[in-house]
Amino acid sequence: MSALEVQGVHKAFGKLEVLKGIDLTLAEHEVVCLIGASGSGKSTLLRCINLLEPIQAGRIVVAGREVSARGVDVNLVRRGIGIVFQAFNLFPHLSVLRNVTLGPQKALGLSRTEAEARAGELLSRFGLADKRHEYPDRLSGGQQQRVAIVRALALQPDLLLLDEVTSALDPELVAEVLEVIRELAQGGMTMLIATHEMGFARDVANRVCFLHEGRILEEGPPEQIFASPREERTQQFLQRIVDAGRL
Amino acid sequence: MLVVAITRTPGWSEFRGYFFDWARYGDSLGEISSAFVLNVKMFSIAEAIILVTALALAVLRSLPGPVFFPLRALAIVYADFFRGVPTILVILMLGTGMPALQVGWIPQSQVFWGIVSLVLVYTAYVSEVYRAGIESIHPSQEAAARSLGLSRGQALLYVILPQAVRRVVPPLLNDFIGLQKDTALVSTLGVVEALQQTRIDESAHFNGTYYLVAATLFVALTIPLARLTDWLVARDRRRQQAGRLA
Repeated sequence: MSALEVQGVHKAFGKLEVLKGIDLTLAEHEVVCLIGASGSGKSTLLRCINLLEPIQAGRIVVAGREVSARGVDVNLVRRGIGIVFQAFNLFPHLSVLRNVTLGPQKALGLSRTEAEARAGELLSRFGLADKRHEYPDRLSGGQQQRVAIVRALALQPDLLLLDEVTSALDPELVAEVLEVIRELAQGGMTMLIATHEMGFARDVANRVCFLHEGRILEEGPPEQIFASPREERTQQFLQRIVDAGRL
Repeated sequence: MLVVAITRTPGWSEFRGYFFDWARYGDSLGEISSAFVLNVKMFSIAEAIILVTALALAVLRSLPGPVFFPLRALAIVYADFFRGVPTILVILMLGTGMPALQVGWIPQSQVFWGIVSLVLVYTAYVSEVYRAGIESIHPSQEAAARSLGLSRGQALLYVILPQAVRRVVPPLLNDFIGLQKDTALVSTLGVVEALQQTRIDESAHFNGTYYLVAATLFVALTIPLARLTDWLVARDRRRQQAGRLA
């Protein structure tokens, strides 16, 4: 059974068609990177999978269950899918610990003690144990993004969606966040990652998909996509990245 | 300058006798103060209720989707109506109209209807303040909350409202200063609160010093609240700056 199946997904904001028929399958423990220019639909695809955006056509199946069907309990679906945002979106009025325990306590119904134990374990694992009582504003961007990842992991999702999680970070803070994601990949977490970090995508991905104007134009193993892309658009995109000194 | 100009007006000595009779000031302070207790009671009760009803109204107006349209429309009509009608009219209509119905279970107390009127009017005002607060919270906060599997209600309760309320504390307190002053309008029903007591004294002795006493009492109540507002605003700013530097 695939961890995620996306079939013919269309998404439009008013007249603007952002996704024009996306087909994508993720096996369990697979790490897939979505690359492509800004506006190609990477973030929108992730938000659709997490049902944060309704789709106009197509099916989304997570772990064998069609989540895009009518009458599906969206809250239940989202508990199985973690998402981490570009801008962290931590809750500024809650401490790091409370940011992480909110989901387990309110959505999963864990007791405070259970939720705190789970959060404490995760925070220690990612080097954030001493920050548990800090407020998000007091943390560096890298620390905030690691907390956001821990917050998503606290629900023990089967699938993790990462939406350009390093794009809002200062360059020197990118590495600590990528390190966390690498560790998760080694641990077998199924992940769909929208990213501009090509070097990272090459290292961590089992498969890379190039999105262009709402379609997956090309996909394949990272060695092939980065070394010998077939499509002209992919070549142009990668050339621009190389020219910018980012690959 | 202004003081000099006023003290040199031809009517100054009469004016001074009328408004600044310090002996009368001292004598009437006790009596007017005890009447003022009623103002404090009215605004305390009204304020406690308004905090809740206004928040409920603001939440109603923020409900999305066509399903909630009737509720939203009702909330909008309510807010438009009670922000539009002068408070004194609401007080007069309810205070004279409701007891006149002569229905057993409808309270006859004019203080009661005065408080109801203030609650109705200020709920409309304060709900707008809350609403501004709710709308100032970036949608990404709700997205983050919903992505954790929280329901819409849970997202509102644990993520949106705590931030929204914190943000609107200063304008909220500002409205409550207005409410404190507007308790004087209940005097139009003949309720003997500070203003009414003052009027009684003024017409008995034909001296305006009593007005000065009432004014002092209102100011004495609003100044601490105003300073509290300033302090809260300053504290918020300090915190945010500390956050930015760290």
